[in-house]
Amino acid sequence: MSLINAPSPHTSRQSDTGAVMRQVVYATLPGLAVLVWQFGLGSLLNVLWAVLVAVTCEALFLRARGKPVAFYLRDWSAVVTAVLLGLALPPTAPWWLTLIGVGFAIVVAKQLYGGLGMNPFNPAMIGYVLLLISFPVAMTQWIAPGEPPALADSLALFLGQTPADAFTGATPLDTFRTWAGDADALAGREILAGHVAGPGWETVNLAFLLGGLYLLARRIITWQIPVAFLVGLALPALVAHQVDAARFAGPLFHLFSGGAMLGAFFIATDPVSAATSRLGRFIYALLIGLLIWVIRTFGGYPDAVAFAVLLLNLAAPFIDYYTQPRAYGHRKANKGANP
Amino acid sequence: MKGVHPAEHKAVSNQTPIAPGPRPSQLVLPLNMHLGAPARPIVAVGDRVLKGQMLAEPAGAVSAALHAPTSGTVVALGPRPIQHPSGMDALCIVLEPDGEDQWAPRQPVADHTRLGPGKLVAMLRDAGVAGLGGAGFPTSVKVNLGDHQRVEQLIINAVECEPYITADDRLMRERAGEIVTGIQILQYLLNPHDTLIGIEDNKPEAIAALRAACADSDIEIRVVPTKYPSGGEKQLIQLLTGKEVPSGSIPAQCGVVCQNVGTAWAVKRAVRDGEPLLSRITTVTGDAVARPGNYEVWLGTPVADLLRHAGVDRGRLGRLVMGGPMMGFTLHDPSVPLVKTSNCVIAASTEELPEPPPEQACIRCGACAEVCPANLLPQQLYWYAKTDDFERAQHHNLMDCIECGACAYVCPSHIPLVQYYRYAKGEIRTQTAEQIKADRARERFEARQARLEQEQAEKEARRRARLEANRKKQEAPADSNPGAGDEKLAALKKEVGQASSAYKAAVKAAKTAEAQETDNAAELRARADSLKAEADRAKAALRDAKAGAPAAPAPTPPPIPDASSAPADPAAGAPAVDTEGAAKRQKRLKALKTAYNIAHKQYKEAHAALERAERGGQESDEAITAMHTKVEKLKGKANHSRDALDALMEQAKADILARTGKDLKTLKLDAARAESALRDKADELARRRDTSDADTLETLNSELDALQEHAQLTRLALKTAVEEQGLVEE
Repeated sequence: MSLINAPSPHTSRQSDTGAVMRQVVYATLPGLAVLVWQFGLGSLLNVLWAVLVAVTCEALFLRARGKPVAFYLRDWSAVVTAVLLGLALPPTAPWWLTLIGVGFAIVVAKQLYGGLGMNPFNPAMIGYVLLLISFPVAMTQWIAPGEPPALADSLALFLGQTPADAFTGATPLDTFRTWAGDADALAGREILAGHVAGPGWETVNLAFLLGGLYLLARRIITWQIPVAFLVGLALPALVAHQVDAARFAGPLFHLFSGGAMLGAFFIATDPVSAATSRLGRFIYALLIGLLIWVIRTFGGYPDAVAFAVLLLNLAAPFIDYYTQPRAYGHRKANKGANP
Repeated sequence: MKGVHPAEHKAVSNQTPIAPGPRPSQLVLPLNMHLGAPARPIVAVGDRVLKGQMLAEPAGAVSAALHAPTSGTVVALGPRPIQHPSGMDALCIVLEPDGEDQWAPRQPVADHTRLGPGKLVAMLRDAGVAGLGGAGFPTSVKVNLGDHQRVEQLIINAVECEPYITADDRLMRERAGEIVTGIQILQYLLNPHDTLIGIEDNKPEAIAALRAACADSDIEIRVVPTKYPSGGEKQLIQLLTGKEVPSGSIPAQCGVVCQNVGTAWAVKRAVRDGEPLLSRITTVTGDAVARPGNYEVWLGTPVADLLRHAGVDRGRLGRLVMGGPMMGFTLHDPSVPLVKTSNCVIAASTEELPEPPPEQACIRCGACAEVCPANLLPQQLYWYAKTDDFERAQHHNLMDCIECGACAYVCPSHIPLVQYYRYAKGEIRTQTAEQIKADRARERFEARQARLEQEQAEKEARRRARLEANRKKQEAPADSNPGAGDEKLAALKKEVGQASSAYKAAVKAAKTAEAQETDNAAELRARADSLKAEADRAKAALRDAKAGAPAAPAPTPPPIPDASSAPADPAAGAPAVDTEGAAKRQKRLKALKTAYNIAHKQYKEAHAALERAERGGQESDEAITAMHTKVEKLKGKANHSRDALDALMEQAKADILARTGKDLKTLKLDAARAESALRDKADELARRRDTSDADTLETLNSELDALQEHAQLTRLALKTAVEEQGLVEE
């Protein structure tokens, strides 16, 4: 009789990391669908190509590191990174842009740090920022909403055979930045004439919000990060908007434009690079939201999710030191880096 | 309270009534069935024992007795594998039942209130009652709190939150009355303000049974939601009272005592029926047994016997767990015995409790932190345990982990977190123990060191005090006038002068005495030697003082006997004796005297010749004038010589005055006086020799001796003084 000799507990909830990651991928599908609807098939091509690149890079590097490839690929983490970066890239991105960004994210930002769980920075955002800094023009062009290019055009864009200029227009965030302070000019901009934040973009964000709510319902993520993220973004916007409506966009505009919802529910919630405790995560995400508003309003870039997330990744261990929960039987929570 | 909801699997075993357990051929009774010191055996191999007879007595305050679950023979007393995760051996009493199940005499107590609490506590201790919930803490200790400790709540733990286990559930359904009696005995002992039974809402039958049994009592039944681990002592206390047991203390410290329902039942049996703890209800469950259910098993029954009794299918058995699936441990060897804390045996098939999946990377998802009932951060603790960062682990309150396993249960990466925590806790305990040991060793060493130093210091202090006392005694006169440097130097010079003159005098005296073969020659010689040493010391001190040497108190020479009365003890200071100068002076003195004598003689002769010539008148005037001139010249020369001689004498006398403090005349006078005093004394002695008694004579004799010595010394001093200056007396 050979009996299993194992430490307690002897039973476990039927879940694994791969399942968690797959849920995240599923939750992005509404957002992806709306992106395709509003901006053409470019986003879908990006995502598929990114997944292919990511899985290949991950497999090659796992092999090089002498790790069991199939076992680690089953955690689906490379797929999640690829999907998130693919969604963040402009639909006009040529194949090589995605290749560089995803390859860098998987190889440098993740595997070189020791693989899943060891990366201090969100790999997708590292890839995104690398591209944003290296190829600012390609990274800041977006297709005008509601006029998606045909499949052939999308393919041509993806293959880099057509210059993107023919299809691109300013995003609502760009537009507001340009005309901020001029109420009349802002009123005349068609791109801003949506329900809350310009046509197309508000729908995309709504779709990501839905996906995020699904993750919350499935308890894949907890409420602290998305709520704090959105509060951190909306609260300063609300205050500033009260002061000068023409100079500062309103909170709803901020919440439903750019990468706000994607960032709040999918990017900032990456647990590996986020803060740990409930309070820590709340503070972490609140500061991300605040930083996004600051960069959007006063900075040189139209959107700022990637920068804000990476900066707070950097601060996460520090936040952790000061946000330990109060343990049972203790009057106060322990604080500080060292005992 | 946070926690998890694992699948219950309770219906597998709670559908049938409690059945009698197996009647094994051997019972193995570990001496450490309970928490605390192992019991001390009081039977020997070969003894026949009756059911309920004590086999081992409690050893120490925290310990419990052990009894024979049935009548039989003690066949062995030695190490056997016991119920421990490590599969270790421990000392066991092995009993072979005789099948008669013959009781030893029992003393049931119908009304426990007639007994004092002390008596009841002793009864529980002798009955071997220990916590049946899991820890096996001796009940007699837990109910014996002392008068100063007020129990606000007595909590009866009927939660049974682990999946699979239904032993308490069946016990409550079937023996609620006995349990309530047991609770009332506990109430009598603890006198709590409130008595609460905590029970999960997944046991409606048990709740109903308890409600009926508690109908006219002050026991309150509190139904709590089904959630693991609400049956943990600290968690239940928090759930029912809102209190948190402070980290590192026990519930009694916050006015709460927690007892398991099974323990309450055992208390009742021990008191009301006089039956020690001989058996318990154990759940046997799992896919691999044909008759899962609850069995009342004798303590010491090997697990294998119970499994056979329940119809185990050995082929299906994949994992054998003692305890629940959350906190139990796997057994390697089914021969280990069931003990007081064995509430469940799970004989699971491999499909039911499969091999754990391989451990994946921690993605810090925080699922563990969401369920941790101690409100820790398991994901952080995992990192710290894995990297041996025990300080941080403790900073994150690792030691408050109750090892409930909720974190590992929810971990999507299948990390055996509890295993990591146990490892880190073990290391920390070892380190702490070693630290304590090292601290004690250091304290011992430091204490010894301090003691030695103190002894040394005391020794030193005593030595100093002694030295100081000696110095004070010796220096009292010298110290009375601690003048400035010059004054000191002068004093030293004086000392040197005194010492060396005393020495020289002594030498002279000794020499004289030797030459004259006097009786006290040897004594004088010895005195001379000691005086020389003293003089040398004084010279050295003077040298040191002149060289500006540290003002260390120069060892003052010991007082010379009678030196104070010696004439060589003058008052004035003087330069050191210059023997060379004295010799020179003596030579010169002689030369001057000779010169004077010659000149005086020539003058006299010349003067006489002149008078003869004047009286004769035969010489011419010129010749007489020349003779006059010659006389005058010789007279002048003689006068001159005389003056020089006088001057030298005066100088010598002045020197004597300077050196001895007395002028030559005084010295002479002293000597004369001493001589006359000596003579007087001698006369007195001679006069009184026949009339006086012995004492007086002795006094007189010693006075005479002293005077004799005095006279001799004065003589010597005079002689020395004169000789030193070259003034040889005629």
